[in-house]
Amino acid sequence: MNVLGPDLFLVIAAAVLIAGGIYLVLERSLTRIAVGLVLVGNGVNILFLITGGPRGGAPIVDLTPEEAMSDPLPQAMMLTAIVITLALTAFLVAMAHRSWQLHRHDEVQDDLEDRRIARIAALQSAQERGDSVRVTLDEEAAEVRDETADITEEHWLAEEDVR
Amino acid sequence: MLQLLIAHLAAALAAPALVRWLGRRAFLLLAAVPAASAVWALTETGSVLDGAESIIRIPWVAALDLDLVFRVDALSWLLVLMVGGIGSGVLIYSSRYFSSRSTDLGRFAAVFVGFAGAMLGLVTSENLVQLYIFWELTTVFSYLLIGHYSDRVTSRRAAMKAILVTTLGGLAMLAGIVVLGQEAGTYELSSILANPPVGTATATAIALILVGAVSKSALIPFHFWLPAAMAAPTPVSAYLHAAAMVKAGVYLVARLAPGFSTLPIWQAIIGVLALLTIVHGGVRALRQSDLKLILAFSTVSQLGMLILLVGSPFQAGALAGMALLGAHALFKACLFLVVGIVDATTGTRDLNLLSGIGRRMPVTAVIGALGVASMIGVAPFAGYVAKEAALEAIIDGQAALAPFGMPILVIFALGSALTIAYGLRFWWGAFATKRGVTASLEVVRPPLLLVAPPMAMALAGIATALLPGLGETLLTPHAGSYPLGEPGHLAIWTGFTPAFLVTLGAFAVGGTVFLARRHLSRMAFPWPEQWDGDRIYRNTLRRVDQAAAAITTVVQRGSLPFYLGVLFLVAIVGAAPGLFRSTVGANLWFGTDLIVIAASVAIVAATVLVVRARRRVKAVVLAGITGYSTALIFLIYGAPDLALTQVLVETVTLVVFMLVLRRLPVYFSDRPLAASRWVRLSIASMLGLLVAALAVIVPQSRVHDPISDRIPTAAVELGGGKNVVNVILVDTRAWDTLGEISVLLAAATGVASLIFLRHRSTERPRPGSLEDVKATLGAAEPDPIGNLRQPRSADAPTRKANWLVAGMTLAPHRRSVILEVAVRFLYHTMIVFAVFLLVSGHNAPGGGFVAGLVVGIAITARYLAGGRYELSAAAPLQPAFLLGMGLFIAGSTALASMIFGGEILESAILHWTMPVFGEIKLVTSLFFDIGVFMVVIGLLLDILRSLGAELDHQGDVLDEDGEPVRQALEPAGTIERREP
Repeated sequence: MNVLGPDLFLVIAAAVLIAGGIYLVLERSLTRIAVGLVLVGNGVNILFLITGGPRGGAPIVDLTPEEAMSDPLPQAMMLTAIVITLALTAFLVAMAHRSWQLHRHDEVQDDLEDRRIARIAALQSAQERGDSVRVTLDEEAAEVRDETADITEEHWLAEEDVR
Repeated sequence: MLQLLIAHLAAALAAPALVRWLGRRAFLLLAAVPAASAVWALTETGSVLDGAESIIRIPWVAALDLDLVFRVDALSWLLVLMVGGIGSGVLIYSSRYFSSRSTDLGRFAAVFVGFAGAMLGLVTSENLVQLYIFWELTTVFSYLLIGHYSDRVTSRRAAMKAILVTTLGGLAMLAGIVVLGQEAGTYELSSILANPPVGTATATAIALILVGAVSKSALIPFHFWLPAAMAAPTPVSAYLHAAAMVKAGVYLVARLAPGFSTLPIWQAIIGVLALLTIVHGGVRALRQSDLKLILAFSTVSQLGMLILLVGSPFQAGALAGMALLGAHALFKACLFLVVGIVDATTGTRDLNLLSGIGRRMPVTAVIGALGVASMIGVAPFAGYVAKEAALEAIIDGQAALAPFGMPILVIFALGSALTIAYGLRFWWGAFATKRGVTASLEVVRPPLLLVAPPMAMALAGIATALLPGLGETLLTPHAGSYPLGEPGHLAIWTGFTPAFLVTLGAFAVGGTVFLARRHLSRMAFPWPEQWDGDRIYRNTLRRVDQAAAAITTVVQRGSLPFYLGVLFLVAIVGAAPGLFRSTVGANLWFGTDLIVIAASVAIVAATVLVVRARRRVKAVVLAGITGYSTALIFLIYGAPDLALTQVLVETVTLVVFMLVLRRLPVYFSDRPLAASRWVRLSIASMLGLLVAALAVIVPQSRVHDPISDRIPTAAVELGGGKNVVNVILVDTRAWDTLGEISVLLAAATGVASLIFLRHRSTERPRPGSLEDVKATLGAAEPDPIGNLRQPRSADAPTRKANWLVAGMTLAPHRRSVILEVAVRFLYHTMIVFAVFLLVSGHNAPGGGFVAGLVVGIAITARYLAGGRYELSAAAPLQPAFLLGMGLFIAGSTALASMIFGGEILESAILHWTMPVFGEIKLVTSLFFDIGVFMVVIGLLLDILRSLGAELDHQGDVLDEDGEPVRQALEPAGTIERREP
């Protein structure tokens, strides 16, 4: 077990899985994206396995001597990752189905809202914004009035009573 | 001190309720709070006279060596008195100034009192970081007060202008404070000033801090926010923008001057900006027709004078500056309040429309005259005393100031002359009877509480002037700490000194300018427009807007592949350079294990085929092959738990895909691939290469022993289990697992809510009326092999006589006898196996995840064999119940250990002996695993019920022609819209 580096075959397997998965994830069909994520999940798990160190026995005390054990910590993380990938896949597939129900296809459409925001932003900057409208201080000041009390003696007293 | 701050906070919080309860009279109550700080300052007068300083220290952030420290010396004393005294005066004034029906009066009162508190904290802070916090608090409160009439575009624009300019300065100042603190090794002002650091870093820090000070005090080039801030209600202008907030900059300059005023950069910034501001503000004040704007520009000009004086390194200048600081607060607040009275009674502040006001409101006119007299420097007013002292200081310092002494004197004298001119014009504009302007205004008498505060301020201006000796004694302790020159003096009459002659000259010039005001207003304003701060501000804002829009248009495409592509590219660009620097050699080990080689080859081949697949089912099955091959690799690499989980998960994944794919088209939709395909391919390949490089480099870069070396021993001793992976899941890293099962719950709920469109029925579908079900599902058709479907050569087809409970609800052509029999025999075995895996998982491969998956697969098998009614028979529990219960059990286990005095999620190992079973060892983390187990079952059940049973149901709703009813497939909203 005295190995210097990782197993070449595993490296290739992980790299190919991730490359293939990413290629699919960049597609628009939700089914392909879901399949791509399954591939990426498998690839990342193999990558974890590689980084966990050299090959060893099952990390079960009494079954394998401690020095011959494979690293259990990445394994625990991978285990949760596997189950999470299942949940994620189920969710994506359900989304694909919903999209099919609504639109008769399962493709991710462009977010029109995003584009609209971009377009509005561009329009607004083209126009003069409120701040750059030239208003002189005097014109502004003439508009500004405080909500002051109506100061006549009678009214001043009456106002308190009204409340 | 701290009590005062808390009182301000409490008053600010209570203010809205008070105003609701008492109306505008609440202002009178609130005025007591700032008044209390003024009174407190007065009680400290004795110790200030002795030159003693009171310090309060409260521990704050011990890790950063920061304490809350409040210190009151002569300078702080003066500011506290101003902040408290004028604050309470303005609050009393507000109780009569505002209409009781004004908008948001409660909020106004709260923010106003809050501001007073922040200002109090600012001027007494000993710690620079603490000072900065109060500094920014005043900025925020000022923003809220300027924008008080938030429905007016003018107010909003002015408020935005003020906050942008002052926070820009504030941020520069923060940087300066940090650098200064690092250079000095402390953030406490008195220590920094006692031993000021020197060097380039310090000079930069000081320059940055001065940027903050001059932006707050509205010096050129930041002066433009102050006139715009006149959109605030007049009491705010009187307090924040004349007496208090703009003085924060002056205060900071005065605070730092003893230590840093001899730095060339300090003198350059202060001198140039202050002198420019004096002239600019004065000239523009002369040209305004709005009374508030006259005062605003006058404030700009006088802030220039104040900063010039307190920022000078001379003791005499500092004394004059502090005297002017106090005098300015009194007369400027007074004048603003007078404008408020005129505005409230006449309805205008335009001096072209006002006429004859002085006759109608003689008292107000007199108060205004007293204020103006102090502003323009007539004896015996505070303004006069301060300005004479200033002129004396400048004239006496001519030698030290050379070669700038004469220009400074000339500009200061010019500033005084301008003050005299606009001061006279102000009073004339507000109160004089003008030819050609009709005075059609009714006679009114402003109420006492409206007149009393400005009157008190005006009289205080005389009182302080009559006791110049006292002022000198009180202010000298701080002025004396300045580095250069002789101590200055305050006096009402010093004889026919050069200073007095300069004053006479200023009066002559100012008076002439006032008389020639008609001609002046026609003259062109000499200030080049492109240097106008306001214009620069607007252009900057516009450019920022345009840049933001340009970036948004480029970045915000709305396309998911684009966004993901960018993310992946960033990952590649970010990680690749680091990998290139790695010195680890490519020491690869060519695996000799045939199974690993075979699995890897299968993975590569399957992946390539998946990517090329055009049929959905083909893609999914091939992806499954990669999954099973991965499981094989796990097994060889000593990870039996992983292999088991992977196999089970891969199976469930296949089922999940198939359940949905039966509703989707066989082929992926065609897409014009051409260009984007190569982009995607190259991103994917680069990422693949990156992963390969990571996989080679990372394992060889390890320099420390892995933490897992110690885990196996700990697993047995603390976790009570031999299967280390399982112990990690339910004990060592149980927090992770708890989080993960929460994610599972969320995903399960998500799946269900995507499929159950209208309601998620709480009732399990039961074959209630068997004949109905048969009719719906086509099971009533004649069954050619009906006799095979029953285990015994039976009589009537009862439910018990079938292999599966709901088998007979299916149409004959959908049923498979072999499947039904196999499931019948396997189901219970699988359940028992799952329970075994669950219980033994702590010591052998297994555990909650695996056991849950096995149960899930058993149920899946029954669903596949017997249809959706079989599913409800197999799993009589609601998935939501399982999910919730599972999370609850896991969570309770986590908390239970706390009840027994342990850490959260700590496991206990229990031993006891039972008659039949003998020695029993129970680790409490088993209950946690049971929770995990239930959540996993819940997830799978939810998936089956949604993607399986509910999709069946939606497909089963048929119309007369036997076609699935479209309505069942469409969202509820669509149908509702169709109805009318």
